[in-house]
Amino acid sequence: MNAKLKIRKVLSGAQAAAEAMRQIDPDVVAVYPITPQTPIAMQFAEFVNEKKVHTEMIRVESEHSAMSACVGSAAAGARTMTATSSNGLALMTEVVYIASSTRLPIVMNLADRALSGPINIHGDHSDAMLVRDASWIMLASENAQDVYENTIMAVRIAEHKDVLLPVMILQDGFITSHSAETMYLFEDETVKDFIGEYNPKYSLLRTEQPITIGPLDLFDYYFEHKRQQIEAMENAKRVIKEVFDQFSKLTGKTYNYFEGYKTDDAEFIIVTMNSSVGTAKFVADEFRKKGVKAGVVKIRVFRPFMDEEIVKLLKDAKVVAVLDRAASFGSNGGPIFHDVRSAFYESEKKPKMLNYIYGLGGRELSVEMLKKVYSDMVKVNEGIKVEQIQCLGVRD
Amino acid sequence: MRRTNKLCLKLIKKQNSAEGVFMEDKKGWKEIPIGGVIEKSGNALNYKTGGWRTFRPVINSDKCIGCMLCYLYCPDSSILLKKDDKFKFKAYEVDLDHCKGCGICASVCPVKAIEMKRETEFKDDKSSGHN
Repeated sequence: MNAKLKIRKVLSGAQAAAEAMRQIDPDVVAVYPITPQTPIAMQFAEFVNEKKVHTEMIRVESEHSAMSACVGSAAAGARTMTATSSNGLALMTEVVYIASSTRLPIVMNLADRALSGPINIHGDHSDAMLVRDASWIMLASENAQDVYENTIMAVRIAEHKDVLLPVMILQDGFITSHSAETMYLFEDETVKDFIGEYNPKYSLLRTEQPITIGPLDLFDYYFEHKRQQIEAMENAKRVIKEVFDQFSKLTGKTYNYFEGYKTDDAEFIIVTMNSSVGTAKFVADEFRKKGVKAGVVKIRVFRPFMDEEIVKLLKDAKVVAVLDRAASFGSNGGPIFHDVRSAFYESEKKPKMLNYIYGLGGRELSVEMLKKVYSDMVKVNEGIKVEQIQCLGVRD
Repeated sequence: MRRTNKLCLKLIKKQNSAEGVFMEDKKGWKEIPIGGVIEKSGNALNYKTGGWRTFRPVINSDKCIGCMLCYLYCPDSSILLKKDDKFKFKAYEVDLDHCKGCGICASVCPVKAIEMKRETEFKDDKSSGHN
């Protein structure tokens, strides 16, 4: 462990997000409480109350207003952050699109929770998948440590002049957001130095340079602005790597779009994101002990999705199982499965691929379930037929 | 038939040039500011909204007492003034390229010097702001 990550703490994922926000000390935070995001806003509000930050905290009447206030604040040139979950994200979705298309580098923590209905407060990725095409950069977090580090890196990625897109940091509601674990923090100064000063390209408050933000944009220019957004996402691929490399100098760890665990010689690989990565690593180790070459790919960057990188990690495997904590109703498999399978279309060498929809509405993903996944992969390799897309842990 | 086609084409061309939608005249995505930002102020002048109008304000300058309420209330700065010896200023004309016909001017006028008339009464008027 590098000396820079030296403050040992026991924090939940939500507290880790709030700690990162405290050290970032954003100009404005506009947030509305929703389970399981609430402890992020609550903890941060305490920091504001105790004057540990200089942030102007705006208490709004809904998530639609929260994101709208963020758009206004970011357009004024302020470093702006927020957080939400599930239906809160659904309510703010209109403005989530406006934030990215207006190219405002807002950073938002998302404590993933199932979308209604029926109403449910527990963790799954249906909220994140709702906005996967919204032109936000999406970083996934296995645990509280990831939440903390991703949040700090997000500021640099979002504000980079070639990117200027908002960034969302995903963590599993309750499983990560409410579970305390040992983690390490930087000194405040380290974070301050890493993120630097924010010098916005445009500011509504810069009276010597009057500008119009958010004008009507019809068939004559809308398309060109969308083309710019596609380019910004392309640029993000490069910038994310640069920020990862600089950040790893502080932590001594390596970061990548997709992080392989024992994948070098693996024949059977699980691809997943957020908290299930930890469980998958544990089960992979169990199978390794039995002589099965098992591995795990952890998705750290879900958007932009790096086709060539995932192919590089998976191409030599015999069978791959993609885990989706969200259904994509009426399509063939879950959202991550679509991305991973599509990445292989041009590839000469491709593994067999299975898809498991799991953990909807916070249903626990047990070790036994993942043992079944690896066993299925071994079966497929032996020529035994296994249903390609299936629900894991649902009662018949 | 041929004549009609030609007329249609002429009308479309007029419409397009007035709205400025000829795509080949437009800038490419690398040349424009990101996020739809407009870097120059005062650009509302270039966006002609007069075509939305159903009712047109018609000013009777003889009745006008120069209170300038219409001028202050107009959301589109479309009331044009002229100098007047007695009242200093008088409302005398409407900027039909930008007036959307909301009728606020007629509503606030204390001497009823502004009357809202249906646009159809002016359909032959070339300066109507309707393209």
